[in-house]
Amino acid sequence: MVKSEGVRKSFGHTEVLKGINLVVMPREVMCIIGPSGSGKSTFLRCINHLEKINGGRLWVDGELVGYRQKGDKLYELKDKEVAAHRRDIGMVFQRFNLFPHLTAMENVMEAPVKVKGESKANARRAAEETLEQVGLSDKSHAFPNALSGGQQQRVAIARALAMRPKLMLFDEPTSALDPELVGEVLDVMRRLALEIGMTMVVVTHEMGFAREVGDTLVFMDGGVIVEAGDPKQVLTSPQHERTQAFLSKVL
Amino acid sequence: MATTTRPAAPPESIEAVPVRHPGRWIAVVVIAIAAAMFVNMLLTNPAFNWSFMVDNMFLPNVLAGVRTTLVMTVLSMVIGVIIGIVLAVMRLSPNPIVSTTAWVYVWFFRAIPRIVLLFLFGNLGILYQRYELGVPFDTQIGNLIGIDLNTRFLGLDARTIVTGFMAGLLGLALSEGAYMAEIVRAGIQSVDPGQGEAASALGMSRALTMRRIVLPQAMRVIVPPTGNETIAMLKDTSLLLAVPVTNELFFQLQGIGSRTFQVFPMLVAACLWYLAMTSVLMVGQYFLERRYSRGFGARLSKEQRALQEAQAAGGAH
Repeated sequence: MVKSEGVRKSFGHTEVLKGINLVVMPREVMCIIGPSGSGKSTFLRCINHLEKINGGRLWVDGELVGYRQKGDKLYELKDKEVAAHRRDIGMVFQRFNLFPHLTAMENVMEAPVKVKGESKANARRAAEETLEQVGLSDKSHAFPNALSGGQQQRVAIARALAMRPKLMLFDEPTSALDPELVGEVLDVMRRLALEIGMTMVVVTHEMGFAREVGDTLVFMDGGVIVEAGDPKQVLTSPQHERTQAFLSKVL
Repeated sequence: MATTTRPAAPPESIEAVPVRHPGRWIAVVVIAIAAAMFVNMLLTNPAFNWSFMVDNMFLPNVLAGVRTTLVMTVLSMVIGVIIGIVLAVMRLSPNPIVSTTAWVYVWFFRAIPRIVLLFLFGNLGILYQRYELGVPFDTQIGNLIGIDLNTRFLGLDARTIVTGFMAGLLGLALSEGAYMAEIVRAGIQSVDPGQGEAASALGMSRALTMRRIVLPQAMRVIVPPTGNETIAMLKDTSLLLAVPVTNELFFQLQGIGSRTFQVFPMLVAACLWYLAMTSVLMVGQYFLERRYSRGFGARLSKEQRALQEAQAAGGAH
C-alpha cells in the first residue's frame, strides 16, 4: 500500500529525514514511535504530500506521490492531481483540526459533498453511519467546541472515513487528549483495524496500542529507521541500544 | 485549632457600611449642569431656526440625496469588499509578482487622501476624451509593421461613462478596496493553518478550501472592522462634493443652506441625517456579527436550541 525508498526531506539546511525505506502492506497496521524531532510526523505528512520530499521515491497504492514519472524524468503534479490522490488517504491530526464553524455532521459531510460531488441526502446518510461507527450519533448537531477532546478526535476520524480512504494516517492522535479520554479514541482505532481491516500508519506514544493492534513497529530516531519489526519483539527485546534507551524512558 | 473542627454553623450574612462614592455625585452634578446649558442653547439660540430646518430637511431633493448616499455607500462597499478579497488572496499568493502587485495597489490607494482621489477622478475627463476597447498598443504595433491598424470595437465618450456618480463610485470603491484588503488579509491569517491542512488532506482544492473553510472562519475577524468601514464610508460620501456628485445628501443640504443664507440649520440637519443612518447600520452590524460567530463561544446550533426548547416545554407539563 505504501512503499518508501530512500525518502529524504530537509527544512532549509536541516535534514529531518535521511533515507527512509519501508513497506506497508494492505490491511497492515504500522506504528511509528520515536523521540520528538525524530522525523516520524514529517514522514507521515510526506505520505499524503503535505510535505514535499527532496529525495527518494514514495508510492501509495502503486502511484508515485507528488510526481509523475516519464522515462527517467520526474514531473511535479498539479495541485488538482495531488488533491485527487489525497482523497484516498485519510488523515487524523494531533490537534483534531475540525472545522469549528460546522457541526459534527457538517464536518463529516463537507468533503463527500464538495469534493466527491455526492448528493446531500446520500452524504447525510453515510455521515450518520460513520458517526455511529465512532459512537457519536447523538452529537451530530453539536459544534466542535461543545465536544470533549476525545469526541472531537472521534469526529475527525469519522470525517476522514467519510471519504472511504484506502489508507489512514494518524499523527499522534491521542497526544493532545486528557489521559481519561485516550481510551475512547484508541477503541475506535482498534475497531477500525480489527473489524474493517483498514490499512493504517500510526505515529504514536501509546505502546500498549502498538503492542496489541500493530502488525509492525518502527522506531525512528534522528531521521532514520533504527529498528523495525514485530511490536512484541521490538518492545520486549529491542536489538539496538538507541531503541533500548528510548524504551527504558517511556515504558 | 479547635475552631476548625467545630460543626459549621451557617455564617451570618454581612451587613457592612458600603464604601461611599462622593466622586460620582460630583460628576452627576457637573454633567447635569452642562447638559442643561446645552439644551438651553438648543432651545433659545435663534441661529438653530428649528422650524426652518424641519421644513427643509425632508424636501424631495434632500430625500433623493439620502437615497444617493445610501446607494453610493452600498455600491462602493460591495465593490470595495470584492476588490479587498481578491487583493488579500493575491497578497497571500506564493507567486511573487501577484503578491507584489497587490502590495503596490494597497500602498498607492492608502497613501492618497480620499478627497484628493475624488478630485482626481472628477477630472478624469482631462486624461482622455474617449475610452475605447481593443487590442492594447494597436496603433503603435500598426506603425511598427507599416499598416494602419485599428482594433477598437467599442468607444465611449468620457462624459458619458465618467459621470459624477461613476467617478465618485470609482474613487470610493478603489480606495475602500485597499483598506478591505488589509482587513481580509488579517482575517485569513487569523485562521489556524491546521484548518487548511485538514482541508487539503480531505482532497479539497485551494479555492474550495478558501471559500468553504477559511473565509467563513475569517469572517468572524473581518465583519466587525468592515462594519466600521461601512459607517466610515457612509460619512465619506459627503466628500463626493469634490467630484462633484450633485445629487448627494450633503451637497443638497449645503445647497439649500447657501441659497437661503440659513447655513447653520442645514448643517445641523446633515448631522441628524448621518446620525440616523449610522444608527441603522449599527443595528445591522450587530446581527451580522452574531451570524458569523457560529461555532465560537457558548452559542448553540439551531438544532440544539430547538431540542432544548422542546425539552423545556416537555418538562413544564
